[in-house]
Amino acid sequence: MRIVKLKKEYFHPFLDVISRQAELWAPVKKGDKHIFDRVEDFNRIEMKTTRTLLPPKKLLVPPAFNTFTFNAEGYQEDLSHVSSKILFGIHPCDIHGLLTLDKLFMHEYTDPYYVKARQKTLILGLSCWPDEYCFAKSTRTHIIDEGFDLFFTDLEDFFLVWVGSSQGDDLLRMKPDLFEETLSDSDIQRYIRWQTERDKAYRTEINFMAMPDLMELKYKAPFWEEAGRACLACGSCSMVCPTCNCYNVLDKLALGGKPGRRLRLWDSCTLVEYSEVAGGENFREHKADRLRLWYTHKLQAYVSKYGKPSCVGCGRCLVTCPVEINVRTISKALEGEDPKAFWYRLPSEVKP
Amino acid sequence: MNGETRCREEGNPFLPHPARIVRTYPLTQDVKFFQIRFLNMDQALAFKYKPGQFAMISVLGAGEAPFCLSSPPSRPGLLEFCIRKAGSVTGALFDLKENAMIGVRGPYGNGFPIEQMAGRDILITIGGLGVAPLRSVLLYCLDNRDQFGKVSVLYGAKKPSEMIFREEYFALKERGDLECHLAVDADDTGSWTENVGVVTTLFPKLSKVNPENTYALVCGPPVMYKFVLREFVKLSIPKNQILMTLERRMKCGVGKCGHCAIDYIYTCLDGPVFTYWDVLHMRELI
Ligand SMILES: Cc1cc2nc3c(=O)[nH]c(=O)nc-3n(C[C@H](O)[C@H](O)[C@H](O)COP(=O)(O)OP(=O)(O)OC[C@H]3O[C@@H](n4cnc5c(N)ncnc54)[C@H](O)[C@@H]3O)c2cc1C
Ligand code: SF4
Ligand code: SF4
Ligand code: FES
Repeated sequence: MRIVKLKKEYFHPFLDVISRQAELWAPVKKGDKHIFDRVEDFNRIEMKTTRTLLPPKKLLVPPAFNTFTFNAEGYQEDLSHVSSKILFGIHPCDIHGLLTLDKLFMHEYTDPYYVKARQKTLILGLSCWPDEYCFAKSTRTHIIDEGFDLFFTDLEDFFLVWVGSSQGDDLLRMKPDLFEETLSDSDIQRYIRWQTERDKAYRTEINFMAMPDLMELKYKAPFWEEAGRACLACGSCSMVCPTCNCYNVLDKLALGGKPGRRLRLWDSCTLVEYSEVAGGENFREHKADRLRLWYTHKLQAYVSKYGKPSCVGCGRCLVTCPVEINVRTISKALEGEDPKAFWYRLPSEVKP
Repeated sequence: MNGETRCREEGNPFLPHPARIVRTYPLTQDVKFFQIRFLNMDQALAFKYKPGQFAMISVLGAGEAPFCLSSPPSRPGLLEFCIRKAGSVTGALFDLKENAMIGVRGPYGNGFPIEQMAGRDILITIGGLGVAPLRSVLLYCLDNRDQFGKVSVLYGAKKPSEMIFREEYFALKERGDLECHLAVDADDTGSWTENVGVVTTLFPKLSKVNPENTYALVCGPPVMYKFVLREFVKLSIPKNQILMTLERRMKCGVGKCGHCAIDYIYTCLDGPVFTYWDVLHMRELI
C-alpha cells in the first residue's frame, strides 16, 4: 500500500479542498465527551480523542430513519439519509466495526439503505492512543489494512498517510503538492518507535480465543443471574457498540399532508420486548437470558462463523454501562475471576 | 441451507409488493383465511416458494409481520394465509375487506426439504394454528401424490369450532390414499364424531410406521412440541428426519434486524424449519 507524508501545517489546507467535495464529519468536543459531528471550522476537530460517544455507525444506519413513504398511490423508497460524506478521525477499532457491519448488511439480502450510504462515505482513519478501557490489541483491531480510503498516523509534526483506495488516491490528487512521496529513514524510524510504544500502552487484555468454549461451559454459571439482576435493561450497551446492528420497524401514518412512512429504529436485545411473540410468549423474559444472548453474539457466535469476536475492543460498553456489565467484567467472570464490578458486588451489598 | 430457493431480488428487498385480498373469511373465532394476489403478474410468477417458507405482510400504517404460506407451491398464482388476530398488524388485516390492498414480500426462510422428503413416508402432526405451514406441505404432497410414500396426518384442536379447515380434513378422511386422524381436547358440541383427547392420543391409531423411511413434521403451540417429539422418538424416527417450524419475533425476514437470533443462527434465514437434532444441540431453540 502506498504511504505518503503530510506535514502538519498542510493538514487544514488539505481538509479545505476535500471538504468542498462532500460533508466533512469528524470528532469534536461535546461537554466532557466527544461525538462525530459535521465540521466546517477545522479547529473544532479533536485530534487526540479516545472513543466518541457513539460509533460512526450512526452515520451509515442512523438511530432512526425512513425506509419508505407511502400514500394511496403506492410506496416511494426514501434514501434521504444518504449523502456524500467524508468521515475523518475514525480509529482502527471503529473501521473494524464498519467492516463487521459490512459482513452483515452486504451479505445475502443486501441492504440498500446501508450499502448506498456506505458507497457515498469516504473513510479517513486516524491513529489513536489507548486509555485504560481500550483493548483493541486483544481483538487485533488496533491495526487496520483495509476498510479505509486514507489512514493518517499522527507522528506529532507530520502524518504518514496510507492510501487505501482509488477514491483515497483521488483525494490526494486534488492537492498533490501537499504530500511527499518519499519517506526518510528517520520518518520510518519515528513510525516504528511510535507503534512499539503504542502497542505497549494497552493496559486491558482479554483472552478472546478462550471465550467461545467458556461461553459454552459457563452458560449456566450463577454470575449470569447476578448480572441480570443488576442490568437496567436500558439498551445503552447496544446503542454505543459499533457492531450492534439490531433494529426495530415502525409505521407512522400520514399526518398533516405528509405521507405515511416506515421507519427503522435502533433496538437492543437487552430490552424486554425484544423476543416477545404473539400470545405473550417470551423466549427471553429474564434479563440474564438477554445478556447471555448479547454475549453469545459478541464472544461466541461470530467467532464460530468468522474466526474472530464481533467485539472490536473500543471500550464503549466499559465506559457506558451504569452497572459495569461489559466485555471486560463478563469475560473475567467467565474465566472464574472476581470481575470487581458493581453488578458482581450487588448481591452481597443489597441484602433482600 | 437451501439457499437456492431464496429469490435474491435485484433492488430493495424491504419494499413490499402491492397485492390484493381476493378472498377472506373467518376460520374460527380469531383466525381468518386470506387469499392474496400480486397486482403485478410478473411478481406473481417470480414468487416461487417451498412449503414451510413465510412471507412478510404489510398493512401500511399498521406495520409488517411474518406469516407462513398456507397454500402449496403446486397451485401458483394465489397465496393463502391463515392468520390469528394477535395485535396491531393482524388487527388491521382483520379489518380489511376483499379487494383491499396490502403489501407482500418474500418468500423467506428455509422451508421444508421437499427434495429430500420425496419418495419417503410423511407423518404430519398438527396442533391448532400449526395447520398454517403444514397445510402447504400436505397439499403439496397430495398434489404430487405419486412422489411420496405413505402420508399420515394427526390433527388436534381445542374444540370442534377451533379446528381450522375442518371440512378439508374431513374430506381427506374419505380419500383412500392417506391416513388422517382428528381429535379435539374437549367436545362442547355433543356432535363430534372423531376422537376426544390431546393430539398425542392419536399416535396409537397410526398404522405401522417405518421409521427409517419417515419424515415426521410437527407444528403447533409451543407446549405441544415436547409431547409430540417424545412420540416421534418412541417411534424411532431419526432425529434429523423430525422437522418442526418455530416462531420467533421477526422484523425483517432477511437476517438483518437481529430479532429472531437464537444462539448463532437467525431463524428467518436458517429456519423457521428445524430438525430435532438442531433443537437438541442449539440452546434456546424450544
Ligand atoms: C415464521 C413465522 C410464521 C408465522 N406464521 C403465522 C401464521 O401463519 N399465522 C399467524 O396467525 N401467525 C403467524 N406468525 C405469528 C405472527 O407473525 C404474529 O402473530 C404477528 O407478528 C403479530 O403481529 P401484530 O402486529 O398483530 O401483533 P403486535 O401488536 O405486534 O403484538 C401482539 C403480540 O404479538 C407479538 N409479536 C409481535 N411481532 C411478532 C412477530 N413478528 N412474530 C411473532 N410474534 C410477534 C408481540 O410480542 C405481542 O405479544 C408467524 C410468525 C413467524 C415468525
Ligand atoms: S462489545 Fe463493548 S468493547 Fe466490544 S465493540 Fe462493543 S462496545 Fe466496544
Ligand atoms: S448491560 Fe448495562 S448498558 Fe446494557 S442494558 Fe444492561 S444496564 Fe444497560
Ligand atoms: S427477522 Fe430480522 S434477522 Fe431474522
